[in-house]
Amino acid sequence: MLQKEYIVELVTENKIKARDPTGEVIMKDLLAKKGYDMVTNVRSGQYLRISIKSKNEQEAKETIIKMCNELRIFNPVTQNLNVLNVKKKN
Amino acid sequence: MSIKIAVIQFPGSNCDLDTLHVLKNVVDIETNLIWHNDFKETEYDGVIFPGGFTFGDYLRAGIIAAHSPALDEARIMLRDGRPILGICNGFQILIEAEFLPGALLKNDSLKFICKWINLIVENNKTSFTNKMKLGGVLNMPIAHGEGRYFTDNLKELEENDQIVFRYVNETGEITREANPNGALENIAGICNLEQNCVGLMPHPERASEPILSPKGTTHGKLFFESMISFVKKGVL
Repeated sequence: MLQKEYIVELVTENKIKARDPTGEVIMKDLLAKKGYDMVTNVRSGQYLRISIKSKNEQEAKETIIKMCNELRIFNPVTQNLNVLNVKKKN
Repeated sequence: MSIKIAVIQFPGSNCDLDTLHVLKNVVDIETNLIWHNDFKETEYDGVIFPGGFTFGDYLRAGIIAAHSPALDEARIMLRDGRPILGICNGFQILIEAEFLPGALLKNDSLKFICKWINLIVENNKTSFTNKMKLGGVLNMPIAHGEGRYFTDNLKELEENDQIVFRYVNETGEITREANPNGALENIAGICNLEQNCVGLMPHPERASEPILSPKGTTHGKLFFESMISFVKKGVL
């Protein structure tokens, strides 16, 4: 089967119990102080966009998740990994 | 008996030569500086992963180095009980390679912190602390941006006596003010279950000679003297 190229977008962010000092500082020390007190929460994370050759979207997503788990692209003790989007590369 | 120790050098290591200096010239043991791809465990009685910014600390501090073949070699040493020490970035590497449990997160201040701190010895039975007094206070420097220790299994760590050092004030009290980076329960260093592998954020190699210490202390030397004693005895 002919392989196509897909783009998988991922984000890792700290679990709540591991805290997120970057998000906390943006909210408390910048937004709140500058009058944006309607903001109730800020979470920071790390965004990855990976291009991968695969048969289909499902396989692309599964390969990326397997790879991230095997190579500890995220730290399972403190972080969550979320797949935001999978799309075919134009 | 002669003892031979390896100090592993990665791209981005920067405390490798300091560690080599202390081992060779201060505690006087045969030590080789080894490029990470060339390390072979069969030649060595112990291994030290020094501080630095291996592979630029990209993704997370220590994670890229954790996949180096040097860690496969060190894993053999881990299993047969030889001493393994991770200092600062070396500690981050041992955590990411899962030699030691938990995680080291960005300091809660979000700042790189470089200063002298105090540590209390909570386990003096490990391969690197057997020459220390239990409850003794050590004066040593830290220099890191990602040193906030975290674990989701604190109870197990405490029950297994794996917490080796905590940050304390000058009189040895565990206080919030004495915690430089927001580490869980002031944890500064831990060991594995078998106690042959130790990791800590402070730098013993920078605290082994009076000329380098603001108080003239040489508490860092105790780590390396403990290692020598451990290797000579052969068992914990």
